[in-house]
This record gives sequence, structure tokens and C-alpha cells, in this order.
Amino acid sequence: MTGYIHSFQSLGATDGPGIRFVVFMQGCNLRCGCCHNPDTWKMNEGKEYTAEDVANRVVRYKEYFGSEGGITVSGGEPLLQADFVREVFELCRRAGINTCLDTSGSILNGSVKALLEVTDRVLLDVKYTTDELYKEHAGCEMKSVLEFLDYLNKKEIPVTLRQVIIPTLNDNEENILELKRIASKHLCVDKTELLPFRKICQVKYDKMGIVFPFAHIPEPSAETMNKLKNLL
Amino acid sequence: MEHKNWTGFNPGVWQDEINVRDFIQQNYSAYEGDSSFLAGATERTNGLMKKLENLFALERQFGGVLDIDTATVSSLTSYSPGYIDKDNELIFGMQTNRPLKRGVNPFGGMRMVRQACEAYGYKLSRKVEEEFHYRTTHNDGVFRAYTDEMRQARKCHVITGLPDAYGRGRIIGDYRRVALYGVDRLIEEKKKDKNELAGQAFNTEQIRLDEELFRQIAFLGKLKEMASMYGFDISGPASNAKEAIQWTYFAYLGAIKEQNGAAMSLGRVSTFFDIYIERDIANGTLTETDAQELVDDFVMKLRIARHLRTPEYNELFGGDPMWITEAVGGMGENGRTLVTKSSFRILNTLYTLGSSPEPNLTVLWSNSLPENFKKFCAKVSADTDSIQYENDDIMRPIYGDDYAIACCVSAMKIGKQMQFFGARCNLAKLLLIAINGGYDTTSGIHIGPQMPVMEGNKLDYDEVMKRFDIYIAWLSNLYVNTMNIIHYMHDKYAYEKLQMALHDTDVERFMAFGIAGLSVVADSLSAIKYANVIPVKNSNGFITEFRTEGDFPKYGNDDDRVDLIAKDMAHKVITELRKTPTYRKAIHTLSVLTITSNVMYGKNTGATPDGRKASAPFAPGANPMHNREENGALASLNSVAKISYDDCRDGVSNTFSITPEALGKDEDERTNNLVSILDGYFAKKAHHINVNVLNRETLMKAYENPEDYPNLTIRVSGYAVNFNKLSREQQREVISRTFHEAI
Repeated sequence: MTGYIHSFQSLGATDGPGIRFVVFMQGCNLRCGCCHNPDTWKMNEGKEYTAEDVANRVVRYKEYFGSEGGITVSGGEPLLQADFVREVFELCRRAGINTCLDTSGSILNGSVKALLEVTDRVLLDVKYTTDELYKEHAGCEMKSVLEFLDYLNKKEIPVTLRQVIIPTLNDNEENILELKRIASKHLCVDKTELLPFRKICQVKYDKMGIVFPFAHIPEPSAETMNKLKNLL
Repeated sequence: MEHKNWTGFNPGVWQDEINVRDFIQQNYSAYEGDSSFLAGATERTNGLMKKLENLFALERQFGGVLDIDTATVSSLTSYSPGYIDKDNELIFGMQTNRPLKRGVNPFGGMRMVRQACEAYGYKLSRKVEEEFHYRTTHNDGVFRAYTDEMRQARKCHVITGLPDAYGRGRIIGDYRRVALYGVDRLIEEKKKDKNELAGQAFNTEQIRLDEELFRQIAFLGKLKEMASMYGFDISGPASNAKEAIQWTYFAYLGAIKEQNGAAMSLGRVSTFFDIYIERDIANGTLTETDAQELVDDFVMKLRIARHLRTPEYNELFGGDPMWITEAVGGMGENGRTLVTKSSFRILNTLYTLGSSPEPNLTVLWSNSLPENFKKFCAKVSADTDSIQYENDDIMRPIYGDDYAIACCVSAMKIGKQMQFFGARCNLAKLLLIAINGGYDTTSGIHIGPQMPVMEGNKLDYDEVMKRFDIYIAWLSNLYVNTMNIIHYMHDKYAYEKLQMALHDTDVERFMAFGIAGLSVVADSLSAIKYANVIPVKNSNGFITEFRTEGDFPKYGNDDDRVDLIAKDMAHKVITELRKTPTYRKAIHTLSVLTITSNVMYGKNTGATPDGRKASAPFAPGANPMHNREENGALASLNSVAKISYDDCRDGVSNTFSITPEALGKDEDERTNNLVSILDGYFAKKAHHINVNVLNRETLMKAYENPEDYPNLTIRVSGYAVNFNKLSREQQREVISRTFHEAI
């Protein structure tokens, strides 16, 4: 089976535990204003690879993974090509490589459920904690993300919750406390990470000739980040 | 044999023969714990270091050289004793009579000394000029023998940096022998060796060795004399840690007074010192604070070692380096780690004294090293950018467990092997010369086999390779013969008497060749093979530019199509080199290492088919060309790891720069991830890596405002430098390198 891939990053040190080989899938169902990979949005672009191709690439880095690292599939939205990712993960697991999925969690169908059977950890990007913000700035309902998380909880798949802190939208105490509440309600969540909104992706938008929706929003200060992290 | 100063040591064959390795194996205490036992700097250390920092600042203000004694030829006993602050020093000895004052050492060549003096506003004294008027220097000898072709190869920069006008270096005396045995015993053993020669046939080899032994013995005597000028009697073994460090330092000091070799490496002393330190601590005569103080004081002495160089020399070897390389850690052949508390202590000097390029701290990495030590190294790397790593798991099977590193990446058994240093040839230029049928377009020199310029609208891979092979064979033969002359003359006119006295008499020799521009050649050949490379001729009919159409695989992306071209190229060169016999039956070795000469090599090389513009710098060592990596850092490391250590026994250097953010979110994560990267890279049988954890912005700020960053240290190519000591051009090149960033 083949999948559309945007690119590979052989050294991912911030996308899951340990050293990760990161596969960026092509195509996304959301249009988040803070997205730093607009070039992964369109479906059926990028380069086509077989699952074997991808797994063979990952195996070349096995020596670097140590006891914690492995593959992380990110995107784009990997759940859009769940069958393909499942095959990659199956091959990786067979080679003794830990599998990690970096997703927005907005899709839960049979293919996705099958993929989760071979997933060792999910990095779940909870973008906001209100349905309004979700609808306005991500393009999906918050409900679908919570359902996805409930399912992970049921399957006891370890989860890292991640949220990008975007000034004026979610850099407030209520949001973090709500995020904390969501985490505490799901035993599968063993870690919550707050990431600062960054604007280095502006160049990508410029290159593509499209508008960066959050261009007007400033990056959060280190102080804000520390203050919010302390609430967790 | 027994000695009172050996009381408390476990016996072994080391007592009856000169065998430091056996002494270490019988007596060291491996340490698997963490760094929490370490002591910080004492007030005394801080005070002395402050004095040094002031001197370093003054040296910078004086344009890089504080003072030169132009009237005294450097040797073991030619200067009266020098001190930083006599009452507060623990370890004594200075190269000249004052710290940072440089001596002149014309044995390698007069011209270099004259020019160096003039470059800093001095004039070599009449006295030295007269003394050397009737002497033949190494440089004189070499140029008497050089053929026209050798001169041309040098002139057009296809072979550059050869040690034909300065000391060759890259020899490591086993300085520990002086501490363990005392000088008298070493003299006695050498006399025995000399007497044994008497029974053998006196051919050229034997006569030369016989005379060398005479000179070695004489210089061991001078070493004792030098120590006595400082009030020490080193004829017998050291009796405690302080003396062991002092005796060892005297031996090293003697070597750098006698020789101004390009790389004057230290060896592997920390675990040796540890045995004495542990004995003293057990006896209650030394505390942890005292131990760190001794190591600190010793390292301070190493940090003020200097040689006088010309600006041209600095172009090749930027940053005023001495390559006082100390190999730390590693595993024993029996599987017991050689990491001791003193391995931690010597790395700790980067905290107690601040980060620094010297000594060149080189961790011998094994996947079996204690986890605590691995983590400490990774932390020190991330904090100071001052450590390099080399693969003990691939070197130990070849060199055993008492080898050290000369210069950057050259492994050798301590006291048993030495090397004839041979700088490097410019492989990218050679490719252009081949395409142009024996003409170098940058210098306008005809050289090598003469044939027509390559014809056709598009370069054909097989034809180019066929031709390149002819030129590689030609250059390899010329290169070996050139080296033979250089080292014959160096032995004759600038023999390393003291350093060789600290080797076994029957020594094994390497002849170390090198290549520059490997990634440029690999990518160029890949372009010719996988894209369309259209040669563009100038008005004289020579190819000076290339139009490359289409994409091609680039070295640094873990793509075998091009990575194997690089690997094969190294194999091809060493195979050709081996066809020409060497002086003194030295074993041919090859390195992929450039120091900072990648800038100069690039400057002297025309445009290449990979799209590199004329005069643009090469990547350093075995690094992929800057910013051609598309799949991230590990892909780049995997590409370099494919170069075989069997082909490149003199080392494969890789410099790796990563931003802190890309390495992990906090210190713990960064430390663990760096350990994983090193474990992985070396499991792939890679040889060497320099690690920098820093942002490009920091370098740019240091480039703009050097005064704000007086101590910024970065790893460059097999060594570390103070960023401010690089030329502006070298600084720009370092800034332009790939920084692996967070995604």
C-alpha cells in the first residue's frame, strides 16, 4: 500500500519520547490558524511511498532510538491515511520500533481504530478547550476530539496532551485549568505539554502566496509560558 | 624491581619493563557513579585563572601574540624558569621565562620564523640568524630534494599544508613514563637498547637508529636539567599525585620546548593520574578539593601553551591551536571501563576554569561506557561545546586499550606507534584537473598526465571516472614520494629527541595522508551521474564552469546512491597510496579531516559540477556540504558513518551543530537525547564527531561584537577554537554551516 508523504525528519527530539524519526504525512482535514505546515494541507500531493519504503528508512535509524525513541507519524493529519500508517506501524513494530502518532484526533473510524491497535503512544493536539474556538480556528467540533480521547482511554493507550499557546486565544488560566481537568479525567494521559506559538512559518505562507491567518498575533513570552506551565 | 615510591601499588610486569599500560591495568579503580562527588574551583584556582584571563585579554589586544623572545632558540634549558604567580602555583614550568611569551624554533625552517616575527612587529635577532646561517633546517633539506613536479603540486594547491616548513608534530611521547619510572630508569633502558644494536649489521637503518638513541639519551638528560632549574629532581619515580602530575607535565613541557610540531598532543593521562590521586586520598594526604585543584592547575598550564605561527599557517589551522589532545574514558580490553573519577575531574575543568578549546578533550566513546559518564559528557558538551567524541569500539580492536589521539582523530598506541603527518590533497581540484586534461585553471599550471580537455556537451560519468582514476593514481604516487622526502629530512634535521625517547625504541610508524573536498567530489560525481552536467569552456578552451540541469542525490541524506560514491572514493585513494612504498616502512593511512583549511582549499578551487561556485569553501572534514541535508541530522550522520574506518585509519571527522531547542525541551531531555545520538552514530561504526549545541544567532552576535564573547568556544573540525581567534572568513564559513534546528 502507498501513502502520500510530505517529508521526513530523521532527528525529531521534541515529538514524543527520546529520539524519533518523524514522518510528515501529506493532507489535512483542518485549517488551523496557527498551523506551521501549510504545505502539508492539500491531499494527494507530496511524494508517494510504499509502507515498506518508509519502514525500511526508519530501520536505518534504529541504533539512535535507545530505549525510548522510535517513529512518530505527524502531518498533515495522519488519520486521513490511517490504513497506510497502520501498515507502517505494523512493520516498525515487527522490527522492534516504538510507534507514536501525532494527531489532532478529529477522526475516529474503523481504519483509525485499527491503526490505534498498533500505536504505542499518541501525541494528541488539543487546540482549544471550547467548541467556539475549535469551530472558528480549527474547523472541527471539540466533541470529536474528546470522543477520540475517550477511545484512547478505553484502549489504555498512553497519551501526551499538547497545546500550542496562542496569545489572546488560549493563553489564559481558565483554558489551562480546563485542559488540566480533561487530562485528569483520562487516566491514559500521562503528560501535558504546552508549546509556544511560533511565527517562523510565515515564510512558508509567503512562499505559497497565501495569508498566514495568525500573522497579527504575537508569540507568547517566556514568562507567560512559565506561568501557564506552573498551573498544570 | 621495587621502589619506595611505588608502595601501595599492585605489582606487575610494569615493574620489570617499561609498561605503563600494565601499571594502569593492575592499579586503576573504575568509576561508574555520577558527577556529584566533584569539587568546584577553590579561591586559589579562581585567583590564578583571573590572572590568566587578564593575560589572554592582553594577548588579544596585542593582535594574538603577547610577546616573542627573538634572541633565544627554544629548547629544554634555554630559558630561565617562568611563573604565573609562583606562590600560588601547584604545578610548575613554562615554555619561556614568562607566560604567553613565545619562543622561536627555527629547526623546522627559518623563513617561517622570520615571517612570524615580522607579522607581529618583531625582527628575528641577529644572533639567531647567525647561529642558523651555518645550520641546515628541515625546510632547507626538503627543498634541496623536492622535484619540480612536487613544487608545482604545492604551488597549485593540489597538495597543501605539508609539514615542509615547520615541525611535523602528531607524535605523542608517553609522558607518563617519566612519572612512573623517573628519568634515570628510562635512560638506563635506552642505553640497553643502544648496546643491543652493537651485535647487529650496521646498515643505514641501524646507524640512523643508533644515532637517534644517542640523541634520545642526551635529551632525557636535558629533561632532568630542565626540571632541576625549577627545583625538582625527576631522576626517580613520582611519590604522590602532585609529583606524578608535575613529572608528566615536565615531560610534556620538554617536548613543546623542543618541538613546535603542528599538533603536540598529550596522550591519555587522566586515568593514570587517578591511580596516584586515589592512593593519596586513601592515605589521607589529599582531599577531593585538592585533587581538583591539581588537575585545574595542570590544565591551566596547558591552556597557556603557545607556538609562534605565521598568518598563512593560521589560514590552514585557524585559532592558534596546539592540539593538546587528551583522550578520556574508553573501555579496557577485558571489558572493564577505563573511566575513573579523574575522567570526570578533567572534564570538570570546563566548569572550574570555564570552557576552552585546549586541552582538546576527546572522549573515547563506547556503547559500554557507564551511563553516568555518558550523561556527564553530554551535559558538558551541551554546556560548553568543548568536547569531541571518537569511537572506542572501532579503535580498541586495532590499537588496544592504551592508545591516544594525536591532533584531532589520529589514533596510536602510546609510546609504541608514531605517525608521519601529511596534511591533505585537494580531491575536488584534482577532479577539475582531470576534466581539463592536466591543467589547473585557478593557478594556470599544467600538471600531471597531459591529455585533451574533456569533450562533449554533457559530462559522461564513466568517462569522467576513467580519467579521474588516472589522476588519482598519479597524485597518490607523487604524494607518497613527497612525504618520503619531508619525513626523511625531518628525521635528519629536526628529529624529536625527547618525544622519541618516550617511545619504545622499536616503534611502529604510520604515514598519514589526507583528503579535502570529499563531499564536493561525491556530489559532483553524483550530479554527473544522475543529472546533466554541461561543461562551459573559457576562451582558452578550458572548462571553468558547469551548468547542471536536473536534480541529483546529495551526500548527507542517507542516500546510498551518492554516499557510496564518497565511500568508494576514500577506498580508491588509500588503495592507490599503498602502491608507493613509504620511508621507514611506515603504514599508509588516510584521513578525511580539514581543520579549518576547507576555507582555503575552497578558495583555490574553481567551480565544481555540484553547483559550488568558484572559491566557495568546502565543507569541513567528511561533513556534507552546508545546507544540502534535507532529511535532518541523523540522515546526515548516517551518510558520514558509511565512510569506512578501515579505509581511513587516520580518522573521519564530522562536525555537528544543533540548536538546544532541537535537542530537547529541557536539560534532562537534551542530555539523554545527545547520549542516544552518540550511541546510535557510533553503533553505525562512525569514527568521530564534534558536538556543538548552540544557535546560529549566538555566533552572529559574536561575529558582530567579539568583545562580548571573549570565551566563546566551538568545535570546528577535530578540535575546538575560541571563535574570536578565527579569521573573519573562517567565522563566516562556520556561521554558514548547517545548524540542525527544531521542526
